[in-house]
Amino acid sequence: MTTEREEQVLRRIDRARRRKARVRDERITLAHGAGGKATHTLIEAVFLEAFDNPLLAPLEDQAVCPAGGARLAFTTDSYVVSPLFFPGGDIGDLAVNGTVNDLAMCGARPLYLSAGFILEEGFPVADLTRVAGSMARAAEAAGVRIVTGDTKVVERGKADGVYVNTAGVGVVEHHFTLGAGRARPGDAVLVSGPVGDHGTTVMLARGELGIESDLTSDTAPLAAPVAALLAACGDGVRCLRDATRGGVATVLNEIARASDVAVVLGESAVPVRDEVRGAAELLGIDPLYIACEGRMVVVVDGACAESALAALRSQPSGERASVVGRVVAEPASLVLVKTEFGGTRILDVLIGDPLPRIC
Amino acid sequence: MRYVDEYRGADKARALAARIAGLCAPGRSYTFMEVCGGHTHTIYKHGIEDHLPENVTLVHGPGCPVCVIPMGRVDDALHLARQPDTIMTSFGDMMRVPGGSRSFLDAKAEGADIRMVYSPLDALRIARQNRDKRVVFMAIGFETTAPSTAVTVQRAAAEKLDNFSVFCNHVTIIPAVKAILDSPDLRLDGFLGPGHVSTVIGCHPYRFIAAEYGKPLVVAGFEPLDILQSIHLLLRQLAEGRCTVENQYARVVPWDGNPKALRALSDVMELRPSFEWRGLGTIPYSALRIREAYAAHDAERVFDVPGVRVADPTSCQCGEVLKGVLKPWQCKVFGTACTPETPIGTCMVSSEGACAAYYNFGRFTRTAVREATRT
Amino acid sequence: MCLGIPGEVVELVADQPDLARVSVGGVRRAVNIALLEGEGVAPGDWILIHVGFALSRIDEAEARAAMEFLEGIGQAYEDEMDALRESTTEGPGAG
Repeated sequence: MTTEREEQVLRRIDRARRRKARVRDERITLAHGAGGKATHTLIEAVFLEAFDNPLLAPLEDQAVCPAGGARLAFTTDSYVVSPLFFPGGDIGDLAVNGTVNDLAMCGARPLYLSAGFILEEGFPVADLTRVAGSMARAAEAAGVRIVTGDTKVVERGKADGVYVNTAGVGVVEHHFTLGAGRARPGDAVLVSGPVGDHGTTVMLARGELGIESDLTSDTAPLAAPVAALLAACGDGVRCLRDATRGGVATVLNEIARASDVAVVLGESAVPVRDEVRGAAELLGIDPLYIACEGRMVVVVDGACAESALAALRSQPSGERASVVGRVVAEPASLVLVKTEFGGTRILDVLIGDPLPRIC
Repeated sequence: MRYVDEYRGADKARALAARIAGLCAPGRSYTFMEVCGGHTHTIYKHGIEDHLPENVTLVHGPGCPVCVIPMGRVDDALHLARQPDTIMTSFGDMMRVPGGSRSFLDAKAEGADIRMVYSPLDALRIARQNRDKRVVFMAIGFETTAPSTAVTVQRAAAEKLDNFSVFCNHVTIIPAVKAILDSPDLRLDGFLGPGHVSTVIGCHPYRFIAAEYGKPLVVAGFEPLDILQSIHLLLRQLAEGRCTVENQYARVVPWDGNPKALRALSDVMELRPSFEWRGLGTIPYSALRIREAYAAHDAERVFDVPGVRVADPTSCQCGEVLKGVLKPWQCKVFGTACTPETPIGTCMVSSEGACAAYYNFGRFTRTAVREATRT
Repeated sequence: MCLGIPGEVVELVADQPDLARVSVGGVRRAVNIALLEGEGVAPGDWILIHVGFALSRIDEAEARAAMEFLEGIGQAYEDEMDALRESTTEGPGAG
């Protein structure tokens, strides 16, 4: 039961929420790059404001552009990971797999990549050679070719060793469109493997927290699992998103909002490795917000849930793929978690970087 | 994970919930305060309220150490962080908390050297590695955290690391609870006591709450079954007409606390005559400062701290919300001057604060959320 | 207010009497055990970790007693539910 005064306050909040995004900060902070609310505000208020057009407006991980009768998928991403080398991969693997995955998320077959390098004066050539080797191997594994590139060197202190930018193109060979706005009540939600490995590995590899583990990054190309999914479910596949910055929680919130539906997640169904849980408990972080670099969230027609799961599990390192939730109509634009404890909670959008906490 | 997983089972939760419902007198409502922000976090994260009958309400207390730091102290810390050749170190919790106008994250973006640490010992390590810099540790937290700071200061003194100092903002829980108890319009039936504070101070300090104020208190653990069981113990006391201090968290909390931690604490720190709490105002003898003997490691003595005072706007009614007297939407500035982007009071600072939670999700009734998750 | 996590002592650090290596879900960290001095912390013990310090040694006997209580009421609840199910399916009012 709400009183009239309470209704008034709630309406005022809703009006405030619908107001156009505005960047309140005077300067860029790390939160603007963390993939949460601050990143979205920045993109909408600065970039969408300046570049707005129908191909950009959906703000998917890639654009699908008409090109001479074909449908071309096009994307770009920059890689600034620190440390450059971590258990299970390095910045080179990420730069190839990340862009391949952004292409794959619209169901495209990734074809060609560009590679741009911003190098800091003094950076060891041996390290650069190692990064390039990783990129070559990752490209071969993903079935793409690196066909063009660029190199710039900046003064010592103006960059952190090496930054890599890759852009990629691919072709969309099916007639339907995948997108965050296509989820419907009755759909099933899956993840393609255990979540949070990459983000936890990199956080611990920085060494500042003094925590040791045997974890490795999950960086991997997702083009093959996507092809398997499309073969198994066709246009029963609604939406694919790789759960990078902001983790599974952020992806699900984007889907719930874009599709104006609610997503109900079963907490105990989400695969999380013990070590990721251990580190997350220790640091007070929720694994659902930790980045992955080789895992995706999949929304399919509820009738396809079993075949989608079988398709994902048939892939190398897909054995822990799981159905983790379902789409319902109400309360629209919200992600709810059915907890292991038998309760419910609302899974909010991440405000900034997930910071270790003590309280 | 041992001592974690076994306290999260839905079956035992349902059994406890049935016991809890059975203990509630028909037509009576019960309001309990969980003093500690960690409990608030557990309640929210696991959806504990779904196991409680409608007539049992939990009120979130003042035990979130970053939320109660007044804006002026944050501004003071930022002033220290901006001094030449200075490295400010802080727990992640503090990074986003706004002062009068800026947070640690903002100051970092503006060029201050602010580093996140997991332990005060990490700050000490940074001091050891940067002897040409002054390293300040932004110490926050209740009695749980203060002994760790104390041991770190003792270590700094032993190693003669004179470039290491602590900006001490440690607070003590009892005066804050007492301030709430002294409120004339208090409407609480009992307290969930802060389990981890109690590992240090033990259970004795709460006895006056039962003896003088007639409110039962159960020292509670942090897993969801711990909290449900503690609510069960509170209701049983009320049903049996008892009023006492009980320890649900005996696996971790010894009745006498941790004497070694208390000794370290009193060696390094002493009570301040008064300290301002965001939203609660000035509370006498409610915070700790570094003793004279460790002056070389006290940032308030080493630096010229401006002592910024940013008055809480008089229209902020956090105190009333904390005491359970007002609902968030009844506060004069809620949703207008005070929003999650521009928080005024403690209840809006933390995302789990009563006001922030209501701002984000108030339009969704628990019933709607429960309906949606029914299989 | 204070995140405290149980961890298992894996080993005591040889040259630093205040440090123990502790495992939480398989990840390991050095934890300062100065506040438990004199309690004879040994590998296999479980401790409560807060900001890199051990605040308390977990009392296994107390934990077992509390868990037995919880399991007891869980069992009592199951029995009641079973009895209830039986009475509603067999009783005259069923259906």
